Amino acid sequence: MTDKISKDPAAAPAGSGASGNPYEAIKAIPVRHYGRWISAVVVVALLGWLVYAFSQGNILWDTVWDKVFDPSVISGLWNTILISVASMALGLVLGIVFAVMRLSKNPVTGAVAWLYIWFFRGTPVYVQLLVWFNLSLIFQYIDLGPIYKNETVDVMTPFMVALLGLGLNEGAYMAEIVRAGIQSVDEGQTEAAHALGMSQTKTMGRIVLPQAMRVIVPPTGNEFINMLKTSSLVSAVQYTELLRASSNIGNTAGAVMEMLFVASIWYLALTSVFSVGQYYLERRFARGSTRNLPPTPLQRVKANLTTFKRSPEASA
Amino acid sequence: MTGQPMVKAEGVHKSYGAAHILRGIDLEVQNGEVFCLVGPSGSGKSTFLRCINHLERIDGGRLSVDGHLVGYRQKGDKLYELKDSEVAVQRRDIGMVFQRFNLFPHMTALGNVMEAPIQVKGESKAVARERAERLLDRVGLRDKMGNYPTQLSGGQQQRVAIARALAMEPKLMLFDEPTSALDPELVGDVLDVMRDLAESGMTMIVVTHEMGFAREVGDSLVFMDGGVVVESGNPRDVLGNPQHDRTKAFLSKVL
Repeated sequence: MTDKISKDPAAAPAGSGASGNPYEAIKAIPVRHYGRWISAVVVVALLGWLVYAFSQGNILWDTVWDKVFDPSVISGLWNTILISVASMALGLVLGIVFAVMRLSKNPVTGAVAWLYIWFFRGTPVYVQLLVWFNLSLIFQYIDLGPIYKNETVDVMTPFMVALLGLGLNEGAYMAEIVRAGIQSVDEGQTEAAHALGMSQTKTMGRIVLPQAMRVIVPPTGNEFINMLKTSSLVSAVQYTELLRASSNIGNTAGAVMEMLFVASIWYLALTSVFSVGQYYLERRFARGSTRNLPPTPLQRVKANLTTFKRSPEASA
Repeated sequence: MTGQPMVKAEGVHKSYGAAHILRGIDLEVQNGEVFCLVGPSGSGKSTFLRCINHLERIDGGRLSVDGHLVGYRQKGDKLYELKDSEVAVQRRDIGMVFQRFNLFPHMTALGNVMEAPIQVKGESKAVARERAERLLDRVGLRDKMGNYPTQLSGGQQQRVAIARALAMEPKLMLFDEPTSALDPELVGDVLDVMRDLAESGMTMIVVTHEMGFAREVGDSLVFMDGGVVVESGNPRDVLGNPQHDRTKAFLSKVL
């Protein structure tokens, strides 16, 4: 099994790392890519023109920098994170439930899951938010018999409206993502687990879902980044998230564009941070699917630093 | 051979839609025996093997393991289908090794072997680990315990799969063409492990194309074709002196 070819120790050059005989490197005049130079200059010029235009525009840049850390902007930022995470969590749970329902052998649960996905994916999320927002127009009370009864307007706080609107919509998309993930796992895995005496639930939880995660995580990361941005819609249902908090300041201070820039800066910061998180999450669920995990950027920097000290050409 | 047979099949039938795969299989596998199933592809031997642990449901006849009907309970003269959880309990005692290994790719070799005892029997991690290490050592993979399946050769993966099945301490082991997906030079390692297992007294049913293994290790052999048992007996007799034309034709091609 481990049949190593025994090498003559004298033949292998120790230390230097370079293998094989020394050879003379080819010395040739490289092809000149004039087209590349021209296109680079054009692109940089256009970009410079755009930057210049914005610097000359009637924008109070000082106001932008002043208001980035304004307390109400920061509180809006937290609300954006809160509603995005909560809606995504609800969407994920609903997604798993409805995906399993759709794949179940029971035709009724399968049809119900299909109906849910059909409705919540087929209507705009903005419309769904408005429906939740106006629910009190048709149901004055939320009445669960002896368990619970309350006035709809008291229950449907802006947060609840936003959570139900975004979460239920997300659940429909997540259900399809989770279903695709579950179906991507080889049937032999289920058979092997069943042959060992594992129950349906254990097989799903321990064997199928962990492998499905590799397929589920990348689109889910995209969904979450989408969610961070889509959450700006809930400003329409009185929830004071980042966009609404920024616009409030902008409207009273007469700095509409400036505050939109402030919001954009924070949206970019959020999506950047979560993109990094997504990278590491994907890496974790890639265990076992590739022989060697690619190094993280940090490990790559470290490796380059150490190899640089020893031999410059080895880091290629 | 004492007492009741480990596996008893009486007139077992199985169809997939219009395809009638098993057309009345009768056979008995005795305790401690190495029982080889050979035959051309499509003869139903793998399907029959999968019926034994109820991965496939039989459509007719009787199939029992260690005196218990597989997948059914008999009350009076009525048969009741078992619940999924009851089928799972039956499967605990039957190990299975697949042609395509089917190791869990997100777990190390050690994790693969520890999984079922912990999840199914509720064993403690320490106990499961101790046994898993012993089993992996037994199949010659002491230094590969921390490797993921993709980091192992086919032969090594199949040996992990055998260790994984043995971890449930089964009373019967099913092998579904365990060496068919392997490079020729890796077949020997897997057969060595199976030979060692046979010597330890394990009851084994082996679907195989390795006639050398069947002749040397097998106690009984059945030649199947077209969903029926054509010929059975001692492997050396059947392989050395086949009685039926169909068996002769098949053996002349594979030997």
